[in-house]
Amino acid sequence: MVTLEHYLILSGFMFVTGVVGVLTRRNAIVVFMSIELMLNSANLTFVAYSSFLGNVIGQLFVFFVMAVAAAEAAVGLAILIAIYRNKATLNIDEINILKW
Amino acid sequence: MIETYIPLFLVFGFAIIFAAGTVMSSGLFGPQRPNEEKLSTYESGMKPVGTAFERVSIKYYLVAMLFIIFDLEVIFVYPWAVQFISLYTDPAIGTHAFYSMLLFLVVFEIGFLYVYKKGGFKWD
Amino acid sequence: MNLTSTDYLNILPLLLVGAGILISLTVEMYSKKSVGFLSWFSFLLHLLVAYYSLYTVNNVSSVFGGMMGTGGTVNIFYFIFNFGAAIVALLSMDYIKKAEIYFGEYYILLQSAVLGMMLMASATDLVMVFIGLELMSICFYVLAGFQRKNVRSNEASLKYFLLGSFTTGFIVYGMALIYGASGSLNIQSIFSMLSAESTPILFYVGTLLFIIGFCFKIAAFPFHMWVPDVYQGAPTSVTAMMSTIGKAAAFSALLLIMLPLIGSKNPQTFTPLFTVLSAASMIFGSIVALAQTDIKRMLAYSSIAHAGYMLIGLAAANDTGASGIVFYLAAYAFMNLGAFGIVSLIEGNGDTEGTIESYAGLSDRNPLLAGLLALFMFTLSGLPPFAGFFGKYYVFIASLEAGNVWIAVLGALSSAISAYFYLRIIVVMYFRKSDVASDNIITESHTSLLGIVISAILVIMMGLTPGSIVRLINSF
Repeated sequence: MVTLEHYLILSGFMFVTGVVGVLTRRNAIVVFMSIELMLNSANLTFVAYSSFLGNVIGQLFVFFVMAVAAAEAAVGLAILIAIYRNKATLNIDEINILKW
Repeated sequence: MIETYIPLFLVFGFAIIFAAGTVMSSGLFGPQRPNEEKLSTYESGMKPVGTAFERVSIKYYLVAMLFIIFDLEVIFVYPWAVQFISLYTDPAIGTHAFYSMLLFLVVFEIGFLYVYKKGGFKWD
Repeated sequence: MNLTSTDYLNILPLLLVGAGILISLTVEMYSKKSVGFLSWFSFLLHLLVAYYSLYTVNNVSSVFGGMMGTGGTVNIFYFIFNFGAAIVALLSMDYIKKAEIYFGEYYILLQSAVLGMMLMASATDLVMVFIGLELMSICFYVLAGFQRKNVRSNEASLKYFLLGSFTTGFIVYGMALIYGASGSLNIQSIFSMLSAESTPILFYVGTLLFIIGFCFKIAAFPFHMWVPDVYQGAPTSVTAMMSTIGKAAAFSALLLIMLPLIGSKNPQTFTPLFTVLSAASMIFGSIVALAQTDIKRMLAYSSIAHAGYMLIGLAAANDTGASGIVFYLAAYAFMNLGAFGIVSLIEGNGDTEGTIESYAGLSDRNPLLAGLLALFMFTLSGLPPFAGFFGKYYVFIASLEAGNVWIAVLGALSSAISAYFYLRIIVVMYFRKSDVASDNIITESHTSLLGIVISAILVIMMGLTPGSIVRLINSF
């Protein structure tokens, strides 16, 4: 029997994986993939709760998250292409003209 | 419940052990005499040309990005299409749902037209 | 469910900006030389919407089945966003030629960002908050990297994008947990949870993630890493917009979750969190700004400190705090717009560094700009009688009312520290002879000057009649 807790644990695990990926990976595309993982873990939580509560709003929110994530992905890839044309690297340690 | 799957797990386990075992034993016991010819990509004598990481035209990414965006916007039409009849017959909503979707599609079309006019779909 | 004609009048600001975007897009795709038209079009559009929102400020209502609210504080935020955007449009007209980003899309993105902010400010439902936030953020990611050929701009854009969408992940996950705990996305019904017998721990975790996410957007201390880099690398007119009305928009969303709390059983639930965040932001921002040599970085750190002052109002969790924040946001928006407007004028052609040293002897080269910049620095440092002083005054009063004395004292202390780096610019402008005078060209721009003067007038006006403005905000 798969219960709500299973989904929540899985989505929590996905979220933490995403956060760790963002913090440790150095390739901008991998960082971006980790961010997408975080968004998808939120989607999973929404759908799990939506089914648990018998309330359709959660599933509706997932539509919006997906659409927005697609727009964000397009913009993000465009930014990455622009930076690659000028610097020929996607390692975020080498993108450091502006000091932290 | 779980007992019925035991044979399946056994098959999986055996398959993994067998595959890993044969690969490892050939590495351990087989003779190894590497030479230049053997280490080349195509042993038949073909010379590999260029790198494996072939650069793909940037146009491909542009089209792919546009596809992702316009494709995903359609998910908002699906729920509306599925519920169309009941939305239309519900007196509390009336034509509201229809015109809302029409407005959405108009906005959508203007975006599409913008990409078209700016040459986003031109391949050459 | 159907909208009545009154509803349409109430959401007219949103409809106008939305229609404006579509018109701009159509003009941009059919005309090769649309930029000149679009700049004045967006200026007039935002001015009109700003006027209309103030005109209909009393029409408090709820539209779209409780998804959005209109009137009251919402319309005051509309005014701040749109008037700020109108000033940004003025500042941009000549700047984008200088920065080689003379494209019509600049203004379309500007309008879309403003629409996102307006959606966020009027939201009464987490779905709307999310959509508004993303619409604003995505436009800002693009605008920050608008100088495609410039590596600094690219880098600013990348950093802003990665950290911004990282933040979005937190916000969405927080919303998911809030939804799970309360079974609703409507803010009013979510916060009726707090008055219930027992609030699940999940709710607090979700709200915490949500607040952390927005602290990124308002540039509060532990989440500020992107601020100096993005502010420095982005085109100056874009920085002006992000740091002022962008911050105001993020605060409007934070206020959304605070306003229902004020009336609830324990309004001070999040006070300890906000107090710590605000203390850290004020002290960190003020101290690090002392060491900066680049004026945009200095203003970025000062922006972190100002986020700290505004958070004092949230920590107080009372009505005075809420109206104090709105007043502070308006004051901060106009004074910072003016300051960045001057920075965009002085900024050299291409790669001259925007160091503080390049302001040496400005009083001789251009006394008017020097005088205006001095005015903005005075008001940013919070010296009376300008708007900045009253902004701080109201949030400090709010925290005294809430019995949170030490944070007000800390705020006053940090203002004293910050006075040093603001006044240093005035000293450099007036008392140091310039050795780079000849090669540091000041762009002639009447439109920018107009924008700067309008901001200056607003700052002075808000300093003269703060009471009536706060009464207006308080009456809702």
